[in-house]
Amino acid sequence: MIKELKFQLKTWTLWELFQGMALTLKYFFKPKITVLYPEEKTPMSPRFRGKHALRRYDNGEERCIACKLCEAVCPANAITIESEVREDGSRRTTVYDIDLFKCIYCGFCEEACPVDAIVETRIFEYTFEPGDIHVMSKDMLLAFGDKMETQIAADRAADAKYR
Amino acid sequence: MFDSLQTLLAQWMPNEVAVVLVILVQAMMVIVPLLLTVAYLTYAERKVIGYMQVRLGPNRVGYAGLLQPIADALKLIMKEIIIPSQSNVYLFLIAPVLAIAPAIAVWAVVPFDNGMVIGDINAGLLYVLAVSSIGVYGVVIAGWASNSKYALLGALRSSAQKVSYEIAMGFALVTVIMTAGSMNLTDIVMGQQGGILAWYWIPLLPMFVVYFISGVAETNRAPFDVAEGESEIVAGFHVDYSGMTFAVFFLAEYAMMILISFLTAIMFMGGWLSPFEGIPGLEALFSFVPGLFWLAFKVFFLLFVFLWFRATFPRYRYDQIMRLGWKVLIPLTILWVFVVGAMAYFKVAPWFVHGGVA
Repeated sequence: MIKELKFQLKTWTLWELFQGMALTLKYFFKPKITVLYPEEKTPMSPRFRGKHALRRYDNGEERCIACKLCEAVCPANAITIESEVREDGSRRTTVYDIDLFKCIYCGFCEEACPVDAIVETRIFEYTFEPGDIHVMSKDMLLAFGDKMETQIAADRAADAKYR
Repeated sequence: MFDSLQTLLAQWMPNEVAVVLVILVQAMMVIVPLLLTVAYLTYAERKVIGYMQVRLGPNRVGYAGLLQPIADALKLIMKEIIIPSQSNVYLFLIAPVLAIAPAIAVWAVVPFDNGMVIGDINAGLLYVLAVSSIGVYGVVIAGWASNSKYALLGALRSSAQKVSYEIAMGFALVTVIMTAGSMNLTDIVMGQQGGILAWYWIPLLPMFVVYFISGVAETNRAPFDVAEGESEIVAGFHVDYSGMTFAVFFLAEYAMMILISFLTAIMFMGGWLSPFEGIPGLEALFSFVPGLFWLAFKVFFLLFVFLWFRATFPRYRYDQIMRLGWKVLIPLTILWVFVVGAMAYFKVAPWFVHGGVA
């Protein structure tokens, strides 16, 4: 009886509707969580997987030894590698292409690499327009690696203790 | 003011032309601010709902997104008007006009301040009810002329809902008429003089709520927006409309929202009367504020409540809407007609001492 009375009172005073409205009003005044993207950016992990780069050793020698582990592990078959033996007897790549349309940015190539040659950088804001080259060649990858080396090295160092 | 304008104009042109010109000027003075309010109501809606969902809403076009409605209007004007090949072209194009014409025509009798009204007619409330209910023709014709089952279903839902809630609305207004003893909107406001407690929202409290709920249902707004429920039938009766034809429906819906807010403010919240009336000190302090401001303040609050509803409540199921309208609101309003009758008979102060039916 009391329960029924309570229910009727709640119904006719629209009690629960007012509760709901109080809730939305509370949120109306709360600080907003929107990140205004081009001006503000969310924090980014050093493990972020963006555009690829090929790294060099400090003496300028390219790291990649053409072991083709990345090519083998790539689930999207985005990597194409051809290799030859150089005059000094070491094996190096002649072709190292990554098709950025095929790539799914899984980071397996980076994990597979025994010499930390192929890495993924934090750069994710890039586009291709029709006619642009979407296959990154070895030269482009190396040039991009040279450009980003400070950042890449810092990110590897930050993540080293978890490896 | 308009009389002197008319005599001034009559010096250069025939009197009849001057009369028509003055009426046109008056109409423009209502329609232009109305359309501007509609434009910025859409902006306010997106902002308010955004804020309630802890995000920012439009903030890119102009300062804080203030030019967003103008950008939207430009986009809609530039868009192609697609006419479905199997539709009835004449009805298809006339439906939006039928929807917006009543939504604008109603404003002829709405007072903005004491004496600030285009047509101060005695049957003002009757005119409002009659004209605003014509809007449903636009919906029915739009749904039918599109020759699409979704549009037709949307139109059926929408028209049934509008017709149902009009009854509850009409009865709620009957209680207002009984309390004020007049159908003239100016008289209804003047009958509420004497401070915030003398406004009709206290003796007619359930009717105030019923009227506003019916108003939300009338305008097909959330939580009663099954007519255009995006998750069920896309956009309801205006699925097949694009560009300006759609914009006109949109305008009509928002103009009706503003109208409902105006009528609620006028009939239950003392219209342009100051809420500080009768409070010594505060009354004198705020006596410089024009009545138009108070009315606008109340209207903006009610419009905010419209948006607040939309951000808070989930959509009703269709049969729940019908149940609420027919089994709850209409019996309640009929009951309250008798309660108001009793209150008027016993002359309950301060609402029923002047005016009233008894």
